Amino acid sequence: MILNALVQRTTATLALALGLLTALPSSAQAAANEQFFPLATYRVGAYASSGIPVWAGMIDYLRYINEVEGGINGVKLVWQECETEWTAEKGIECYERFKNGLNGAPVAVYQPNGAPAAYALANKAEADKIPLITLGYGRTEATDGSVFPYNFPVMLTFYSEASAFINYVAEREGGLDKLRGKKIATVYHDSAYGRETQGPLALLAEKYGFENIQIPVADPGNEQAGQWRQVRQAKPDWVFLRTWGVSTPVAIKTAARFGFPADRIIGDIWASSNEDVLPAAEAGKGYLALTPYPGGSTFEIHRRIKQYIVDQGKSDLKDPKSFGSVYYNSGLVNAAIAVEAIRAGQKKFGHRPLNGEEGRWGLEHLDLGDARLKEIGFLGLMQPLKLSCSDHEGGGAAKVQQWDGAQWTLVSDWIPADRGTLRPLIDAKSAEYAREKGVTARDCAAEQ
Amino acid sequence: MNLFLETLIGGLLAGTMYSLVAIGFVLIYKASGVFNFAQGSMLLFAALTFVSLHEQGVPFALALAITLVVMVIGALLIERLVLRPLVNRSQITLFMATLGLSFIIEGLAQGLMGAQVRALDLGIDDVPLFVGEIMISQFDLIAAGICAVLVAVLALLFNKTRIGIALRAVADDTRAALSVGINLNRIWQIVWAVAGMVGLVAGLLWGARQGVQFSLSLVVLKALPVLIIGGFTSIGGAIVGGLIVGAAENLAEAYIGPLIGGGITPWFAYFLALIFLYIRPAGLFGDRAIERV
Repeated sequence: MILNALVQRTTATLALALGLLTALPSSAQAAANEQFFPLATYRVGAYASSGIPVWAGMIDYLRYINEVEGGINGVKLVWQECETEWTAEKGIECYERFKNGLNGAPVAVYQPNGAPAAYALANKAEADKIPLITLGYGRTEATDGSVFPYNFPVMLTFYSEASAFINYVAEREGGLDKLRGKKIATVYHDSAYGRETQGPLALLAEKYGFENIQIPVADPGNEQAGQWRQVRQAKPDWVFLRTWGVSTPVAIKTAARFGFPADRIIGDIWASSNEDVLPAAEAGKGYLALTPYPGGSTFEIHRRIKQYIVDQGKSDLKDPKSFGSVYYNSGLVNAAIAVEAIRAGQKKFGHRPLNGEEGRWGLEHLDLGDARLKEIGFLGLMQPLKLSCSDHEGGGAAKVQQWDGAQWTLVSDWIPADRGTLRPLIDAKSAEYAREKGVTARDCAAEQ
Repeated sequence: MNLFLETLIGGLLAGTMYSLVAIGFVLIYKASGVFNFAQGSMLLFAALTFVSLHEQGVPFALALAITLVVMVIGALLIERLVLRPLVNRSQITLFMATLGLSFIIEGLAQGLMGAQVRALDLGIDDVPLFVGEIMISQFDLIAAGICAVLVAVLALLFNKTRIGIALRAVADDTRAALSVGINLNRIWQIVWAVAGMVGLVAGLLWGARQGVQFSLSLVVLKALPVLIIGGFTSIGGAIVGGLIVGAAENLAEAYIGPLIGGGITPWFAYFLALIFLYIRPAGLFGDRAIERV
């Protein structure tokens, strides 16, 4: 009897041990087949209203990839958030926490999500060999991947933005030759971001003969009577509004107060969201804005996410009104670029999680043509994007959308920047950086 | 000349918006000698409460009344939970308490009512009015009118009522006021409640101009130079200080800005405040502190 009980207990213990032994490797295998997506978020603080829909877009897309497509070629995605409040110091903390991955799942690409953190991390990421994706912000000269191998200001740098703006104005005026003698004012946030377009606009003004007027707005920009009085006096034909946060709705409302028409103001990428125009109410009607990710929820990817994520109650979005907002769509586009870069990398390194160096290879071989964009449901929402060692920007185009008081309507197709004209400026800046920091440029031709 | 006049008038009117924010600080400073760092958060909380109620379909007047009640309850809670336990502590302790309070109020506001940007329509069109060739903002004119009414009501409250006289007694000499039976806790409750109401008015006007969002709490930055110039203990000083700051920064932006690259509005007000600190440390209308050493 006692022997029988002993045998039963021993058998049970062995079974438990066997179970544990088989379970352990499977858990390790799961970690070995997971790709980590660090999310440096800002859900609280001054910029929370902009951030919340972005993370919803990103998380909804990552969840869609996992649940509908079974991951990236079978590699499941895991993510974790870290709150930065859009500050450099917390952005660095989050990066340090995340750079070594999560439970064995490596980091292939990192999105700092904020200009202060992007500038602070630029050199660290180079040293750690983790590529930074900075869509619509970051150093423009990092377009030159031979000097900045791990910085990717993808899709639309501020230089391209300025050029796309001028090209759109030319389109409206009837051609580039019609720009001669026109007055174009830039009302800009007086910061590194705001001043970034001064160089390209000066160059384009010289080339096309328009008068280039620059009017700074100091942060936070919640009183702009002085600036718009200057605009009224200068009587520009167009205003390029390069503001951020509260300075955008205040600019739109103050422009109306000074009688400047909203449909002659074109906002830039950071002045083109629903959150920018909603507070402006009536004054915002007719306002135009450049964007690499237009608002709207009628793109194919929205249909898929609605069907598989939103309608299943799995969306991260708390406010359904934000589905298809500019910021939600920016989250989708940011996530799609990261996912497609990993997919590109897997073609070389195999269907497994990638590390930073492999992620960089994937980014530098990313080629999203219209056919692929259609396949993943992003046609129309995202421009074709082809990156390489010497070109970390790729696209360089923007669409123009117009606010009708309730929603954005697209009023242009993709407006390409004159990247050829601007490239010498970029090369000069990156060469200067290389000289200052003693960086030896990569030979991109040899790496192809 | 027209440009100068237009800039001056526009600046003076904009200055009344700064004064509105500064008055909230003055009220609490007069009663307790504390610089209330949480004034901006109170302003944000009031505007967010109002706009959240209004979005739910609550009529304007009722939403305003409910928000006032919420601000009064908030004032009572602050006095009971934060200030009363710190009675007789140093001013820096009370200041640090209001600093902590500001984070709590901001967190509560965003947690309870969400972080999204909301539009606030008070039914006042922000359109230009022309007097000859001089352009004046209709919104600023009405805001200045509201500010004038508010100051008149506060003047009546503090000069013609027992509560007001008690407040002035506390402001002049707290110990003497206590010795004649004035209830300091009650005075603090009333003052914080009135500061909350002033915060509501300021929050609505600033919210209508820039949208109701987190950055509303930053408008206090505009009030600091106003207080330094006008004095921390005078409502009249807050008005005059606001007018000076509004006019000076607008004129500076128009005439000095272009010479040095522009964007000087925010720091010029502080530059002016530093000059006043050098010439008149207590501000134009502030009480001069005389202490036995």
